[in-house]
Order: sequence, then C-alpha cells, then structure tokens
Amino acid sequence: MSFSLDKSFGIPAAALQLRSQRANVLADNLANADTPNYKARDFDFKVAMRQAQGAQQTVVRTHAQHIQPPGSGPLEPQLQYRVPMNAALDGNTVETQAEQAKFAENTVHYQAALTFLGSRINGLIGALKGE
Amino acid sequence: MSLFKVFDVSGSAMTAQSLRLNLTASNLANAETMAASPEEAYKARQPVFAAALKQAQGAPGGEAGTPVQVKGVVESQAPTEALHMPGHPLADANGYVYRSNVNPIEEMVNMISAQRSFQNNVEVMNTSKELLLQTLRLGS
Repeated sequence: MSFSLDKSFGIPAAALQLRSQRANVLADNLANADTPNYKARDFDFKVAMRQAQGAQQTVVRTHAQHIQPPGSGPLEPQLQYRVPMNAALDGNTVETQAEQAKFAENTVHYQAALTFLGSRINGLIGALKGE
Repeated sequence: MSLFKVFDVSGSAMTAQSLRLNLTASNLANAETMAASPEEAYKARQPVFAAALKQAQGAPGGEAGTPVQVKGVVESQAPTEALHMPGHPLADANGYVYRSNVNPIEEMVNMISAQRSFQNNVEVMNTSKELLLQTLRLGS
C-alpha cells in the first residue's frame, strides 16, 4: 500500500497556505492605509481554493514561449483590486475598518485550518503507533 | 512561509508612521518659533509616502508584499504670518517678526492619524506572530 503524506494532509494544508497568503495581502493593505494612490487588493478565497484543488479552469500555457500569467498556478491566487465604498481624495482605496474585519476573519479561518491539520496529524500519529 | 513577509511590510509602515510622528512633534514644537524674515521662518514639514515600486509597475495579479516607502519630506508652502512686535529682538526695520506657518490643528489631526495607523500595524504584527507560533506548535 502506497502512502502519500501530501494526500493525507489534503485540504487543510492548502487552506493554510492560502490563508497565510491572504493575511499577507491584507497586511499590505493595512500597512499602506496612508499611502497616496495605493489601491487595496484581495483575492477570492473560494476561487483560489478551487484552483488549488484543480477544479478551477485557469489559463494554460500551450507553447514554451508563452508568458505564464501570474495567478495561474495551483497555489497562486489571482489578486484583484477592491472596489471601494468611498475612495479617499488622494487615490487611496484602503478602508481600514473593512480590512481589519477581513484580517480578523482570515485569522480565525487560519486557526480553524490549523486545528483541522493538527487533528489530522494526531490521527496519523495514532495510527502509526497502533494505539 | 509567506506570513514572515507581514513583518517586513508592517515594519516598514511602522517606520513611516514614526517618521510622520517625529515630524509632527518637530512642527508642534516650532509652532511659535519667530524669525527675522519670511524665508527664515520655520515651515511645517510633512512626509511623502509611496508604495514600493514593485507594486506600482505590476498588474493586480502580482505578488503580495508592498512595503511603505518614504519618498521624502516636503515643506509646507502656506504663507507665514507677519506680527508687528517692534520690541522683539528679531524684529526687522519695520518692526515685524515672522511666525512659522505650522497649523496646530492640522498637526494634532496628523498625530492622531499616525498613532492609529501605528497601532493598526502593531496589531497586525502581533496577530501574525501568534499565528506563526501556533503553526510551530502544530501536531504536538
């Protein structure tokens, strides 16, 4: 019987990676809350998750000299600009309170994925020990 | 681990905000500074923030990780106020001294804004640190 660690970690591992990437993007937005002309960015987690599982159609490179567009790999979510509720006069579209809410939500989801992954690891250890 | 990049980004934002706070402190301290001519009078200083070039060039699909850059410090072009104080040691031939063009209300607003932004970035950093520590403890 072949055994793949990658497969047994499955969805929680991919979710964890995507959640940490999203935390990064949201941290970018919060850091640049006072930067003129900065445009807030984010990605659609649902789409990125489907992409990670190979269920989402993406642009495929059919020739060696084609340029691979960003956001077409399995764990490369496509970043998009956020549509602001009311943009600032200096061209900044970061709405701090909205970004904070999204960051908090993302943190909770990260911890959830962490818990799932942890229990999966514990299950595997249990199976290996034969307890 | 892409969560480590959060420290760079939030750190750069904290540096930028503390510079802004520094300039605000210098402006408020010099709000009542007098000078002998309008050219010599203290001018309010403000930092210019910019997103690091990496993002400005790329499409939205580019990678995350956009630190804040301080492009420079600009002096306010607001007119300086001339006060008629013949007894002042710095008064010119007509008895005028020139006060700095600092607007204390603007500076107070700037101070609060810088403080809040700094706090935001500290929170983001703390949360990321917690998440990283929890990840390290994974499976134990």
